[in-house]
Amino acid sequence: MPFEGIGASVKRREDGRFLAGRGRYVDDMNRPGQVYAYIRRSDRPHARIKHIDIAAAAAAPGVIAVYTGADMAADGIGGLPCGWQIHNKDGSPMAEPLHPVLAIGKVRHVGDPIAVVIAETKTQAKDAAELLVIDLEDLPGLADIRAATAAGAPLVHDDVPGNVCYDWHIGDKDAVDAAFARAKHVVKLDLVNNRLIPNAMEPRAALGECDVAGHYTLSTTSQNPHVIRLLMGAFVLHIPEHKLRVIAPDVGGGFGSKIYHYAEEAIVTWAAGKLRRPVKWTAERSESFMSDAHGRDHVSHAEMAVDESGHFLALRVSTLANMGAYLSTFAPSVPTYLYATLLAGVYKTPAIYAEVKAIFTNTVPVDAYRGAGRPEAAFLLERLVDAVAHDTGIDRVALRRANFIPADAYPYQTPVALQYDSGNHEMTLAEALKAADYAGFPARRAEAARRGKLRGIGISTYLEACGIAPSQVAGALGARAGLYEVANIRVHPTGSVTVFTGAHSHGQGHETTMAQLVADQLGVPLDQVDVVHGDTGEIPFGMGTYGSRSLAVGGSAMVKAMDKIIAKGKRIAAHLMEAAVEDIEFKDGAFRVTGTDKAKALAEISLAAYVPHNYPIEELEPGLEETAFYDPKNFTYPGGCHVCEVEIDPETGVTKVVNFVAVDDVGRVINPMIVEGQVQGGVAQGIGQALLEGAAYDANGQLLSGSFMDYTMPRADNLPNITVGTEITLCTHNPLGSKGCGEVGAIGSPPAVINAVVDALKEYGVRHLDMPATAEKIWSIIQANRPKMAAE
Amino acid sequence: MYDFAYQKPASVADAVKLLATGPEAKVIAGGQTFIPVLKQRLNKPSSVVDLAGLGLSGISVSGNTLTIGAMTTHATVARSAEVKKAIPGLAMLASWIGDNQVRHRGTIGGSLANNDPSACYPAAVLALGAVVKTNKRAIKADDFFQGMFTTALEPDEIITAVEFPLPVEKSAYEKFRQPASRYAMVGVFVAKGPAGVRVAVTGAGQNGVFRVPEMEAALAKSWSADAIAGVKVSPEGLNSDIHGSAAYRAHLITVMARRAVAAAG
Amino acid sequence: MAKISLKVNGKAVSAEVEGRTLLVELLREKLGLTGTHVGCDTSQCGACVVHVNGDSVKSCTMLAVQAEGAEITTIEGLAAADGTLHPMQAMFREHHALQCGFCTPGMVMSAIDIVQKHPAGLSEAQIREELEGNLCRCTGYHNIVKAIAAAFPLMHQKHAA
Repeated sequence: MPFEGIGASVKRREDGRFLAGRGRYVDDMNRPGQVYAYIRRSDRPHARIKHIDIAAAAAAPGVIAVYTGADMAADGIGGLPCGWQIHNKDGSPMAEPLHPVLAIGKVRHVGDPIAVVIAETKTQAKDAAELLVIDLEDLPGLADIRAATAAGAPLVHDDVPGNVCYDWHIGDKDAVDAAFARAKHVVKLDLVNNRLIPNAMEPRAALGECDVAGHYTLSTTSQNPHVIRLLMGAFVLHIPEHKLRVIAPDVGGGFGSKIYHYAEEAIVTWAAGKLRRPVKWTAERSESFMSDAHGRDHVSHAEMAVDESGHFLALRVSTLANMGAYLSTFAPSVPTYLYATLLAGVYKTPAIYAEVKAIFTNTVPVDAYRGAGRPEAAFLLERLVDAVAHDTGIDRVALRRANFIPADAYPYQTPVALQYDSGNHEMTLAEALKAADYAGFPARRAEAARRGKLRGIGISTYLEACGIAPSQVAGALGARAGLYEVANIRVHPTGSVTVFTGAHSHGQGHETTMAQLVADQLGVPLDQVDVVHGDTGEIPFGMGTYGSRSLAVGGSAMVKAMDKIIAKGKRIAAHLMEAAVEDIEFKDGAFRVTGTDKAKALAEISLAAYVPHNYPIEELEPGLEETAFYDPKNFTYPGGCHVCEVEIDPETGVTKVVNFVAVDDVGRVINPMIVEGQVQGGVAQGIGQALLEGAAYDANGQLLSGSFMDYTMPRADNLPNITVGTEITLCTHNPLGSKGCGEVGAIGSPPAVINAVVDALKEYGVRHLDMPATAEKIWSIIQANRPKMAAE
Repeated sequence: MYDFAYQKPASVADAVKLLATGPEAKVIAGGQTFIPVLKQRLNKPSSVVDLAGLGLSGISVSGNTLTIGAMTTHATVARSAEVKKAIPGLAMLASWIGDNQVRHRGTIGGSLANNDPSACYPAAVLALGAVVKTNKRAIKADDFFQGMFTTALEPDEIITAVEFPLPVEKSAYEKFRQPASRYAMVGVFVAKGPAGVRVAVTGAGQNGVFRVPEMEAALAKSWSADAIAGVKVSPEGLNSDIHGSAAYRAHLITVMARRAVAAAG
Repeated sequence: MAKISLKVNGKAVSAEVEGRTLLVELLREKLGLTGTHVGCDTSQCGACVVHVNGDSVKSCTMLAVQAEGAEITTIEGLAAADGTLHPMQAMFREHHALQCGFCTPGMVMSAIDIVQKHPAGLSEAQIREELEGNLCRCTGYHNIVKAIAAAFPLMHQKHAA
């Protein structure tokens, strides 16, 4: 039998059903008597709702019901909850305006849901929705964060002055000011982190059901069904949890966008209860563009104080973050604790101060998208470091090396709250430079120049925090939920195993990786282990999958549960083999009496546990099933080095990524094939952000990039092969030593790409350019600087 | 989309009759533009007349004419040995329209009748001086394209074939794709054949396909990329959107034209 | 409503459809073949690709009535009766060319068509170009390209070593 344990690139077991077309996604489900919801949304960025006339729609063929915000309010339904509260500099809480499920009084962004039509068929619902007469009075809208903070700007929420959700800060301002006062160089940079639209390939969908006894079931495209059950049950629909089951079956990608509790989930569940018929809603892609939470959208000013030998003395950052029109579930945490706490990066910068203003605009709510805050921090920092190199003339690799936190300085306390446990940045840098043949770049640049092309190389040495998070810490920082994970491990009488995890797989391959972990640790064949996830009716309360936490936190919970299984098994084995418990060791799937050849396989122990005829029944309960909740002691800190090489066609401005190397330290790896795939996918999204993607709004808030016709998704011919390497330091505070790999690709890559583009354009006097570095943007820069080139 | 009556006539005459039943009777050829428009509810036809049963598909060379039936798919044109031999630039253009799946369904007749300003085919038809054959008449390319989404076709007129005059000495197409949709942001077809030297541009103009006389004159004197390198196209009348300003499109016209000339050899 | 007859995965089927019913709606909603997915509404993403008379086609951009008399193959029709995967399916698994699985059916159907239409050979750059009509958000395409290259010799046995 081939090796299938920890470290083996086992082929994925979920692939069988996906490749056969037998995946089971929400929109594939149909229930007897099912009806369909279609949501009529605002096509205006900002308007007062004067009147809604539902008569014609309600009378249309097949229509069962038409509901508006007033109907939901009449049922006592308020707004969608926010799961994270930030406090202002002065200690007061952030502004938290009502986020109605269906709009009440005003619409505040294009896509804001106004009414829902429920009909016998999808087409009838859509046909009837067109008959709704919605009288809107346009109000001035705004999309740009800077415009929203200007004096006299229109207000998105009448009760939120200045459109400021919060004004927050972190770090030691006095220490930073002092360091700047004595700095040899002060390097400044203004940056925009472009707004992204996640676009998981499966559009969101929700199917609500309510049985005769008043038990509700919601099947939804979610990364965290328990969180949805808690938020929707307790805070929106007031359904007690024992009467609400939430199922997230096969889910076609999330990238953060399927973490949040969305209006449509509440609408179909509530309507199913009113109508006592299953109600299904499936987003059309154009709805995804205007209703899935967007990502990023920061405008920042950064300054680094540097001494004469290139050491960073202090970092000062000021950021405006776009929240969109309402607070999405975890939005407030993204530009604060997932961003500003990462501004130390891999550097020993002794003093850091950051202030962040979160701003409401007439745009789709913004929340965590792959990386969430950390890509923004890495982009700012890694661009700023290149700007320091540019301004001081110090080589960018040498500059990084001079400022790295040395490997022997771990654990390392940063000036922005986090304590890093492990890392070796010199190691990942050296490996990446070698794999990218950094030393050979000048020759490649010269060769490209002979072909009339501009070639550049860029590096980023980044670090991120994931595996979120210690609940107490998160709670102290404003989280309104715990952030542990749960595992229930059920050893069946014959020794096969079912693992119930609170994590959720929507592409990550948990059914394979987690089975590998458990099979390895319990010493049973891989095909004897199954993994169950995504159903609150089957699994204990878990927090779901986001922030690269499934293995570091969820896997650690499994280790804890297995420890309990093994501890109990030892006691059973001691009884069966008439030995002392202390003399029993568990190894390779068997309980052995130390120093003898006496042994009992796990299956023998489990059989004894379930058929307790010869069993220490006075001391032990029958059965062999254990649950563990694991609350992490710290974040985990993956990091690494990405090297990107680009070639620019100066005639058109088109940039081609010709080589990409990612060497990441993700801690212990269970399945290298899957880790590599996660990094490649993350890098693809990072290259997309850097070169192609950007949500475009006009000044009023009209969405201009509302479909794949105008929002540039990376396609196969936009991307290079992506070389992935791993260099490992183990996480020191979880039992697996794993850190996380889901987001590193999207965090490390954008600055590497832009640093390469800037490098390619350096002869044109380019010091910085914002993402996406589109062909036209680059062409314009080249055009503007041609005279300068010619004069030199 | 709104519902409609679907009809699939077996002859051109029957199709014309069905189209005459009302102004909201529409033709479907390959449907690769029409169906997306219907899905967006931008069009509300009373009936849709499918031309797939009229036998209008096929490619033939006879004397000095390459004839492509209106219902011939882009994939068929792209792979056709006859087209590759007679007008390689035309096969090249067809191979770049949309993606594989669009090329398997989309047709030359549908593309021309729709005259999307960012469609590829109009550039070839205009540059090659082709003739659009309909159930009523033969329309010269110069007369056929009448601005964005507008052609010389009458409501009950159906394209049956497109005739390309031969021999074509030089032909090539270069396309700068709009990065998201992959439609032509700037597409330039250059040709030297019975219609003379022509340079036709699609994607860039607010009124659809147009010719560039300065480039044609320069190429007539000397067929080389260098001959047109200095020709600047005015941004006036060109499209400007989130993907490219008029100035950028104007610049790309010259770049794509030069590359097309080089590719034509 | 019109009655249409066609062959789907080798089986004769007939169904009542509206003029506006899309082929993908016929497959998913009337025939229960939910392996074919809908990922967009602008004919861009390719999650809905099936084969119509041997050519890859976006089933969201074809009317069901246009499929009258056609032979359709969907992802469900690829594997042999005994469950043996088509070489393309097998190589997707072997090379980890799928993550969430949502784009996968369309991607596999497109990939098979690409290999079939290029018997003489396929470079990596060609594979990337030919995949223009299919979006994947998970994999970065790296492993999809590898899987297609690996399936090529298996599908064109004469080229196999």
